[in-house]
Amino acid sequence: MSNIFFIGLSLSSILLLIALGLSITYGAMGVINMAHGELVMIGAYTAVLSGIYLNLNLFFALPLAFLVSAAVGLLMERIIIRRLYGRIIDTLLATWGVAILLQQLIRLEFGLTFFGINIKGLGPGLQKMEVPLFLSENFDVLGVTVQPYRSFIILLTIGLALLTWYIMYRTSIGTQVRAIMRNPQMAAACGIDVKKVSAWTFAYGSGLAGVAGVLLAGFKAVVPTMGSSVVVDGFLVVVVGGVGSLLGTLLSAVVLGQINGFFAILTNDIVARAIVFGVVILIILLRPNGLFGFKSR
Amino acid sequence: MTNRRNFLKTSSAWGAAAALGPSLYTAPAAAASEIEVGVLFSLSGGLSMVEKSLADATLMAMDEINAAGGVNGMMIKPILEDGASDPKTYNEKASKLVIRDRVPTVFGSYTSASRKAVLPVFEKRNNMYFYPTYYEGYECSKNVVYTGAVPNQQLSNFIPWIFKNLNKKKFFIVGSNYVYPREMAKVCKILIEQNGGETVGDEYLELGHSEWGAMVSKIKNSGCDVVLSNVVGASVISFYREFKNQGLTHDKLPICATVTSELEVSAMGAEFAVGSYASYPYFQAIDTDANNAFIERYRKYVNDPAAVTHHALESSYFQVFLWKQAVEKAGEATPNAIREGIKGQVFDAPNGRVTIDPDNLHAYLTPRICQYKPDGQGTIVDEYPEPIQPLPYSAYGETSDNMFCKEGGLDTSKL
Repeated sequence: MSNIFFIGLSLSSILLLIALGLSITYGAMGVINMAHGELVMIGAYTAVLSGIYLNLNLFFALPLAFLVSAAVGLLMERIIIRRLYGRIIDTLLATWGVAILLQQLIRLEFGLTFFGINIKGLGPGLQKMEVPLFLSENFDVLGVTVQPYRSFIILLTIGLALLTWYIMYRTSIGTQVRAIMRNPQMAAACGIDVKKVSAWTFAYGSGLAGVAGVLLAGFKAVVPTMGSSVVVDGFLVVVVGGVGSLLGTLLSAVVLGQINGFFAILTNDIVARAIVFGVVILIILLRPNGLFGFKSR
Repeated sequence: MTNRRNFLKTSSAWGAAAALGPSLYTAPAAAASEIEVGVLFSLSGGLSMVEKSLADATLMAMDEINAAGGVNGMMIKPILEDGASDPKTYNEKASKLVIRDRVPTVFGSYTSASRKAVLPVFEKRNNMYFYPTYYEGYECSKNVVYTGAVPNQQLSNFIPWIFKNLNKKKFFIVGSNYVYPREMAKVCKILIEQNGGETVGDEYLELGHSEWGAMVSKIKNSGCDVVLSNVVGASVISFYREFKNQGLTHDKLPICATVTSELEVSAMGAEFAVGSYASYPYFQAIDTDANNAFIERYRKYVNDPAAVTHHALESSYFQVFLWKQAVEKAGEATPNAIREGIKGQVFDAPNGRVTIDPDNLHAYLTPRICQYKPDGQGTIVDEYPEPIQPLPYSAYGETSDNMFCKEGGLDTSKL
């Protein structure tokens, strides 16, 4: 039983990890960021490349990936997204385009393959990130086998969720972000620099995606397309939790992860996934704003 | 069609084969001293990582044949097309090669999906297709020559070997959820039953799935003593990593795989695969002069000193030589002549002797089993004494005395 719970918990932590960044870019800013998965992918590649060229391990790759993905996110916001606030369908199309662009940049090694130059760690192939040995060797505590890597992901995810909560609810910039979420015109009228705050918020959400990428790379093959499958899960969690609600995102990640884990053990993964989708449809039907949604722009 | 973008794409993709570039955009004028053939692989898209290496091996074989004087004094002139990892594109490009370029043969495809997509073109136009990949069998076409392994060539030695040498009897079969792993599982079950073993689990996950927690936990609690994996692609990496993360080791509960090649092992990190087994007719680790020379030539050809060779790549290479012998035997390069010529054709490939079965046009191959070492390469731990007959319908009871796919076509009454 504890085993099933742990599997559910590790599934939840992955969902939350991906959804956390999305709950900010989508939830707080109303941008359907289809490139979120690609920001995850860029985080994973940052880990791969920093391992190859800088000989950095996972722990140093985490902050680095945060910075790289945040920078890419900031650039996206500055060039494209800031022109599209309030046009939610347009953001979907534009960021989808960005997603394809980012995938191809990695696959074509920034276009250098056309000139016969190959960069180790990029390209269409499978890449790997080394996981430190002590994170992949199991150990026993009081008769319970501990899986260090999964536990590490769970702890770090909780940490990031707390950090995000703190920023959003206990700092002045968080207050400004929440004000913008509710009503951007009113917030601007109160003297909040909406453009600047939005840009930094978007960068923060993107940075979280980068961190998720590093952790995913520990058990998943790093390929240019790795992000496209995770972005769907991310949206599921955010929509079920209620757009804009951090607590909702957290709870829906836990609930969906546990449902998935439970039914995966009971039946199999394919059925479990169908059940998760069924639950999601049911929740959206009964509560169109999600579990903790509120009316916003 | 022959714009600058295509030229850039092909000439860059073919680094070492750049000399072939010009042939791609001159009008296909069939001079008497040349034979034009089609080469159809995905040079772009998700599958390009593997398929590009297959195209490289094919072109390398053609280069070698041309350097040695060609086929009956005629040079092979490849017309390269990009299937773009998309079955529909495959179909269009195959039609273009067969109808417009009028080639007598096309070499191509990696996935079954792309082969199934081009099959109608070759059957309707009575042309020849050379397919280099191991696949699920259940196909009998007089227009396709299959040079990769079919299930009985990957499994008929593997399962008994597991019983005898690893002393394991309880199998957990796990695979990706599509036709190849499911057909492989059918053959596995027949063989497990024949050997007096037991199948305790038969489970599938979506192709590309990366959350293996629940599945590995099921494997752990199933009471099996060996795992037979038909998991394909990037999922393999997640599977082996999760396997170790949950504390399972290959010395107690080995994974015996049919689709885990050197490529996947290097991508997951060799430490996750050490001690696991795999079955293919070809491994880079085959330590013969022929294979070592082949690896060296291939690495030089693609200009990558660390390039990995694998089963489908080797088949892509040797099938061109079989084709050449068929043309020489038949005396002319027409599809019908090539089909007659290829029957019973023998060639000494890097993996050993290969023969084309005159009935089902599949290749006799030598099954091998390897165990992965910490450096990501395999040690060949078992090798069949001789090549074994391909039986594409073995999952349905086909044996060498009772073949379903004969020269005259498929005997559907036996299915």
